Amino acid sequence: MVQRLDYLKESPSQTAGPYVHIGTNPNWVEITGVWRDDLGLVLAGPETKGERVILEGRVLDGAGNPVRDALIEIWQADADGLHNAPAETRGAADPAFAGWGRQPVSEADGTFRFETIRPGRVPWPDGRLQAPHVTVWIVARGINLGLHTRLYFGDEQQANAADPLLNRIPEPARRATLVAPRTSRDGLPVFTFDIRLQGEAETVFLDM
Amino acid sequence: MSGSYFQRDRDWHPPALTPSYKTSILRSPRQALLSLPTSHSEETGPVFGHDILGPLDNDLIRNFAKDGAEAIGQRIVVYGRVLDEAGRPVRGALLEVWQANAGGRYRHKKESYLAALDPNFGGCGRAITDEEGRYSFRTVKPGAYPWPNGVNDWRPAHIHFSVFGHAFAQRLITQMYFEGDPMIWQCPIVRTIPDAAAIEQLVAALDRHATIPMDSLAYKFDIVLRGRRSTMFENRMEGN
Repeated sequence: MVQRLDYLKESPSQTAGPYVHIGTNPNWVEITGVWRDDLGLVLAGPETKGERVILEGRVLDGAGNPVRDALIEIWQADADGLHNAPAETRGAADPAFAGWGRQPVSEADGTFRFETIRPGRVPWPDGRLQAPHVTVWIVARGINLGLHTRLYFGDEQQANAADPLLNRIPEPARRATLVAPRTSRDGLPVFTFDIRLQGEAETVFLDM
Repeated sequence: MSGSYFQRDRDWHPPALTPSYKTSILRSPRQALLSLPTSHSEETGPVFGHDILGPLDNDLIRNFAKDGAEAIGQRIVVYGRVLDEAGRPVRGALLEVWQANAGGRYRHKKESYLAALDPNFGGCGRAITDEEGRYSFRTVKPGAYPWPNGVNDWRPAHIHFSVFGHAFAQRLITQMYFEGDPMIWQCPIVRTIPDAAAIEQLVAALDRHATIPMDSLAYKFDIVLRGRRSTMFENRMEGN
């Protein structure tokens, strides 16, 4: 017999279920008095450096219906491309920017909305700079393992065209599913990112 | 930075499309996932300090109860460690848990099961692992509950766990089941996991040595997050 590799197996995932918000956003589901604030509702404060942007969209199922019980988390770099994390070794990130946000989608129409800042550029493992992007993670009833994807910014055409991840998507037409078009509202840039779980224009999901 | 995270074994995890769990049919991608090595964006992640925790955050028997009152049900301690696939403790991991009450009723406005709410039970808790990756909760054992999937499907008693390790690549939500529950093996959600050994990894063991005599039974539930490659042949030796 050869020697045994003594790795453990990762705990298998299970769906977050329809009542995920009891654990992640108890105040939002009117379980009040346990802790003061639900985590992740606010990303950027008045001290945060960078351009304010709004990210919003919907999660849609394979029949085009909004998914009304999803939970969305985002993770992103600060305006200089640094992450507010102990594993960040390239420099000190903006202490006024957590970089992590979490929102339940609306029960009415499945929309989500994050008020954040435009991230700076982060290197790919080979040192090339990636286009500005936000990591997005989606869990819900019916999703057995959280889905990873990325939001890229529709007004960063040049950077997007050279992005190592976008260029690895085999079908060029599918790259557009990760690029959120820009509009504006009340003087703020708004990037609309609809996440299509299945079917026509299905969002590219990542195994990272 | 150290190396990228171990590739996820997606044959160990449940696949996206598991038709016996009906909701997965319209909520599962049909296209293949795009596989890439992790970059800085996934090798970092939010880390939460112990300062976010209140004294009762890991005590579900009391954290929603009125003064002097406690939740009704079988009192249990749930404890364990968070490790990575290389067996290293994951310190500072935030665990968020949620569950139904002893009768199987969730405190959620969309829940309509006829079992009564417990006025002294909210059903949420959180904890952060210590230097050795350890955590513990005190709660009541949740009841089984029926759900609209098959005509007569019931979930086994379970506690939901959401885990933040050190990297967004490690983000995980799962469910803990209880040793000896016959409904585990009948549940379409449990059975989304193809391998019986993987299912057993989610079944907490009754631990008589850790019970609190005349107070609470104890269940041990260890959680394993993705491991990380060591960069043995780079200048800076990290990990391992």
